[in-house]
Amino acid sequence: MVTLTAPETSTASAEEAAGTEQSLDSFSVDLAGSPVRDLNQALHNAVDGQSWTVTSPGGKHSLAVGINADVTVTVEGHAGYYAAGMHQKGDVTINGNAGVGLAENIMSGRVHVTGDASQSAAATGHGGLVVIDGNAGARCGISMKGVDIVVGGNIGHMSAFMAQAGRLVVCGDAGEALGDSIYETRLYVKGTVASLGADCIEKPLKAEHLAELGDLLAAAGRIDDPADFKRYGSARNLYHFHVDNSTSY
Amino acid sequence: MCGIAALQLRNPLLHPQMGSLLSSMMCQIVDRGPDSAGLAVYNTPGLVSEGTSTLSLLGKDQGLPVAEIQLAIAGMLPSDAAAVVRVVGDTTLVSAAVGTDLLVKVVSETLPAATIIGRGEHVAVMKSVGHPMEIAAEHGLEAMAGSQGLSHTRMATESAVTAGGSHPFSVADDLCLVHNGSFSNHATIRRSLLREGVVFDSDNDTEVGARYVASRLQQGDTLEEALVNLGKVFDGFYTLVVTTADSMAVVRDPIACKPAIIAETDDYVAMASEYRALAALPGIEKARIFEPEPGKVYTWSL
Repeated sequence: MVTLTAPETSTASAEEAAGTEQSLDSFSVDLAGSPVRDLNQALHNAVDGQSWTVTSPGGKHSLAVGINADVTVTVEGHAGYYAAGMHQKGDVTINGNAGVGLAENIMSGRVHVTGDASQSAAATGHGGLVVIDGNAGARCGISMKGVDIVVGGNIGHMSAFMAQAGRLVVCGDAGEALGDSIYETRLYVKGTVASLGADCIEKPLKAEHLAELGDLLAAAGRIDDPADFKRYGSARNLYHFHVDNSTSY
Repeated sequence: MCGIAALQLRNPLLHPQMGSLLSSMMCQIVDRGPDSAGLAVYNTPGLVSEGTSTLSLLGKDQGLPVAEIQLAIAGMLPSDAAAVVRVVGDTTLVSAAVGTDLLVKVVSETLPAATIIGRGEHVAVMKSVGHPMEIAAEHGLEAMAGSQGLSHTRMATESAVTAGGSHPFSVADDLCLVHNGSFSNHATIRRSLLREGVVFDSDNDTEVGARYVASRLQQGDTLEEALVNLGKVFDGFYTLVVTTADSMAVVRDPIACKPAIIAETDDYVAMASEYRALAALPGIEKARIFEPEPGKVYTWSL
């Protein structure tokens, strides 16, 4: 049984917005001389409209996690594990690579990595958009529950494993066992798929899919032609128990 | 979880900085394995020298005064072998201008209780229990020059926290292996290697991997072939780094649960468990940075 949680999409009310005079403020944090915990606390205290620049990230873990305001954060360099995890509303750009678990459990907003992301990118994401210009490692979008993911390069094995909702767009190739045990989720792959996982099949690319794929590519700032992609999704054969399989258990 | 940091210096001008660079990398992987650690350094002046075999023995106290050990070993070797025994940190190094097999025989007879943790013409291996950076400092890593360096910080899972269970495992001349992960069928492979006459020093799963690679190399495999064969025989989780006198190899298991990241420039190849260990390397902003693909063997030679 799949339980979907609606992404947090409401922004601050008009009154609140009017009260945040510092909404045009920009801040910068150099992590060479200040702890990640302080950065994250400052981002939790931040209000809508603020813009933050983080320098000298040095591959540190848990950068910009738990953002829950409409802020813009730019990380100038490579991030470690779990960057922009549990993200809501805001916009995080990492000008570099990201480690394991990028934007894990993202609820809304946008996370953009200009380089590569390691394994489990956007794992369990409920909403929002994750854009990876380079390659993503294994298990990209594992157990995704509504997030949209656009990867400019390739994705590793076991991506979209047990995916439940959302869209995954891959402009390069997909590794082994794409969409294994998938419930729902639309998977669009431009290149080759090493193999499809259990219950994941190729499906026709109709006008509605071309339209939504075009929108996703545009949202990710890409110029790929939607017609060059193939669509994959759930055969829905694993939703119910088949008595013929009883001896397998 | 364990931490790995490895460095192969292609540019000889960087050799004097080998220890300080490896130390800065190791500092960032301590969190991954704080219980014990080990180091392997290649072509480090003062520890090894060309034309001389060096054995690394676990522990600084071998039960006899150093001068006495040196005298005993020298007495059993040809007069021109120039045997030298030194203590570096918590490690005893025995060097002589003879083949490693002869040196191993003589050291084993002189110090029957000693554990040989490294052997060869080019490598010195140092390991101990405790905070990795204290172990590195005790051995003077910061000031060491060299062509290659390998470090491991251990969080023990498959066998006890002992110096002997620390990595690297160096079981053939100039060959070292470190491991992040765990082999699940190591006992089975250990039994088949025992039947082939291989002798083990510890109960550690990684030692089985090292003994297997050494056995394959002895049978004529290249380093790459040996690691491909390891992938066919060993089950479990692993990111491995293997070094020889002039090569470094990295391989991850096909499931790729354990991390690895590589930075390559004209000056060096560096591998670490996490990017933060590479962040302070010179010229890192222009390095080719990538994660090794699952199940693929990467090798680099000097």
